Amino acid sequence: MTDLNCDQLVELVTDYLDGALDEETERRVADHLVGCDGCTTYVQQIRRTITTLGSAPPADVELSDEARDALLAAFREPPR
Amino acid sequence: MRDQAELPTDAELVDRLRNRDEDAFALVLDAWSGGMARVARSIVSTHASADEVVQDAWLAVVQGIGRFEGRSSLKTWVYRILVNTAKRRAMREGRQVSWSPVAGEDDSPTVDPARFGGPDDRFPGHWLAFPAPWPSPEQDMLAGEVQAHVEVALAELPDRQRVVITLRDVEGYSADEVSSILQISAANQRVLLHRARALVRGKLEEYFVASAATDVGTEARP
Repeated sequence: MTDLNCDQLVELVTDYLDGALDEETERRVADHLVGCDGCTTYVQQIRRTITTLGSAPPADVELSDEARDALLAAFREPPR
Repeated sequence: MRDQAELPTDAELVDRLRNRDEDAFALVLDAWSGGMARVARSIVSTHASADEVVQDAWLAVVQGIGRFEGRSSLKTWVYRILVNTAKRRAMREGRQVSWSPVAGEDDSPTVDPARFGGPDDRFPGHWLAFPAPWPSPEQDMLAGEVQAHVEVALAELPDRQRVVITLRDVEGYSADEVSSILQISAANQRVLLHRARALVRGKLEEYFVASAATDVGTEARP
């Protein structure tokens, strides 16, 4: 077993966070992170990126009343 | 996932929709249209056409509910119709959403290789300088500005990457659900998500580094 380099680790982050790595590789990633502040920061920043994306304020994306009424009408009498 | 908790089970919803229960239709319409509009906006060119895509997708759902076989969740099925409607619309607008892999998309590095030691450096493949820590969200007085930078970064992503990261990280779908909605392989989904996240992180890094430099400049003045 060889140690991972940082430039290899950064390409495994997504699979690591998804739990999609095989057991052996996952252990190598975890071992590397224990000893590497740079990669630990990188993974934290990817996590932060994900939470920032997930906390996007709801944009103005509601259906207009008009569109909503039209769709409900179409639901009542679907086009044949 | 947003709003999902308040809805009846899929089995009940599908049953009620097939029996033309208008209250059930209003429930899903109100719960899902916002998220659908965000996803549509990641595929078509304008907000107005995204809104039309959402409406067209719902019309297709109304007509097609009898054909829903329950092999995926109802929401996944609705989103698949949405994505297909949006792709057709994008094509009509002359905007090609290419779903086949782009050259270099699978294996080129997502972090600038210049940030790691080369073969002659003391630690080949290791950070030459660690990524600078970011201010914690609590310290960060400009959350709105961070969000604005994320929006810009999303807009700049290649189309397929933007759709995948919107579904995964903005809308909160699982990897399996995103593969199913977009009808792409699990491996392809991961590659697109990985590249998209690395690019958005890179944009945030640029922003934080630039604002840290400004802060230092301010403090240095008498």
